[in-house]
Amino acid sequence: MDIFLQQLINGLVLGSVYALVALGYTMVYGILELINFAHGEITMMGAMVSLAVIGALALAAPGLPGGVILLAGLAVAIPVCMALGMLIERVAYRPLRNAPRLAPLITAIGVSIILQNIAMLIWGKQYIPFPPILPQGHHEILGATISDTQIAILALAVLIMAALILVVQKSRLGRAMRATAQSRQVASLMGVDVNRVIASTFIIGSALAAIAGVMVSAYYGLAHYYMGFLLGLKAFSAAVLGGIGNLGGAMLGGLLLGLIESFGAGYIGDLTGGFLGSHYQDVFAFFVLIAVLVFRPSGLLGARVVERA
Amino acid sequence: MSALLSVSRLSVAYGGIQAVRDLSLEVAPGEMVCLIGANGAGKTTTLKALSGLIAPQSGSVQLDGQPLAGLPAHAIARRGMTLVPEGRGVFPRMTVAENLLMGAYSRSDRAGIAGDLDQVYGLLPRLTERRAQMAGLLSGGEQQMLALGRAMMARPRLLLLDEPSMGLAPLMVQAVFDIIRQIAASGVAVLLIEQNAHLALKTCARGYVLETGSITLSGPATELAATPAVRHAYLGEGS
Repeated sequence: MDIFLQQLINGLVLGSVYALVALGYTMVYGILELINFAHGEITMMGAMVSLAVIGALALAAPGLPGGVILLAGLAVAIPVCMALGMLIERVAYRPLRNAPRLAPLITAIGVSIILQNIAMLIWGKQYIPFPPILPQGHHEILGATISDTQIAILALAVLIMAALILVVQKSRLGRAMRATAQSRQVASLMGVDVNRVIASTFIIGSALAAIAGVMVSAYYGLAHYYMGFLLGLKAFSAAVLGGIGNLGGAMLGGLLLGLIESFGAGYIGDLTGGFLGSHYQDVFAFFVLIAVLVFRPSGLLGARVVERA
Repeated sequence: MSALLSVSRLSVAYGGIQAVRDLSLEVAPGEMVCLIGANGAGKTTTLKALSGLIAPQSGSVQLDGQPLAGLPAHAIARRGMTLVPEGRGVFPRMTVAENLLMGAYSRSDRAGIAGDLDQVYGLLPRLTERRAQMAGLLSGGEQQMLALGRAMMARPRLLLLDEPSMGLAPLMVQAVFDIIRQIAASGVAVLLIEQNAHLALKTCARGYVLETGSITLSGPATELAATPAVRHAYLGEGS
């Protein structure tokens, strides 16, 4: 029972991070039908930039409270990633807006390779440790442990997702985003500057990615120039699982994927008699991706309202 | 009276084809004008070029003396010329109310928007009952009404209508055209494109006939309707 609860906690924390990244994929897909494969790298950049700031601050001003240092890292990483997302859209995707679908997919992969290499040049190939600035408190619940970091990640992720839903459903920008997703042409007839709305979508998604990047590096205690690849692929799987293009789907898919991974890693040893171990954790995301694509390509929440002409 | 919309020698190429050539027309403030012509004559292309959805090759478009040609669609929409596109173009996965709010996207006067919303619901009672429903679930006629209501939310000076009768049952066509006449009566100028020439000429004061991308005839609607060529080609009467 305690293992079950522990894996549930771990899975929810991991899943909420996946959900934040998956939202970026799904928002862009919803509006452009484009898979922004550079999104994982934006997450990585968020982690790297924030770690650079956090590392420097922790050295320069060791007296500062950990929370303040962390916030400073976020305060730099978020705008950097927003600018990066906007730049990528402007340079790699907008000129190809009317090109065949394969073209922006290829530039997306190109951009992600470029970003990885930039990060490698700046920060090197080694793992960068997250300085021990955060309170290391733990809480016991029914035999399971939840750390302060985990609580903070969960709470922040839930808060951000709620705010995003509110923005998309209720605000003028949110309406314009949904309208643009449904018909770019008609939205422009309403006075919507479609290019601006698309840029805003990238900017919002990149801000979420930056936060997720900081969460991942705080959670695992390290960051690496290549971390965006696997994280991005998993978050993409989560978005497909939930139904790509659907915000609720990305949240659900992210949480489910986190749970599947966590429970999979927790029980795979017992189930295979010790033959496979928890290091097979990364495999589950791709089992899920394949299973969804085979059995329910539209994803869990991907079924659309009937559209009449 | 000086024209509200003045189009001069507009040419548009579309997919490698010269779809519109040297087209000139005018619409006065508050006037109802129709552009009739066969399928493929260039009617929709003309409206798309006027509203900025496709860039014209040459020619000038002026709204109230301000040049519009070459501006993007959203900038033109903000200047008071609203296109209701062919096939209505409602946002299917947004509610009726949200569709109407999208019409007022360029406006920031909250009180004015709220007032206009009430007015549109008053004009279109069928939409009032369905304001929380997804627009994609409305019937074709209701979607056309929604598209008109949404256009009104922009408080346009000129409404461009692309085939509002298309695909509608005769009774629904009547209802939609009643609404169009009410909108026009409130002082909004209308440029109407219709394949149903009979209905268009009956509704509008003036008309233009478009044939393979050029205007071949123009004049008061009653005169056009009496012209043998129009009667023969567009009103389905023998010559």
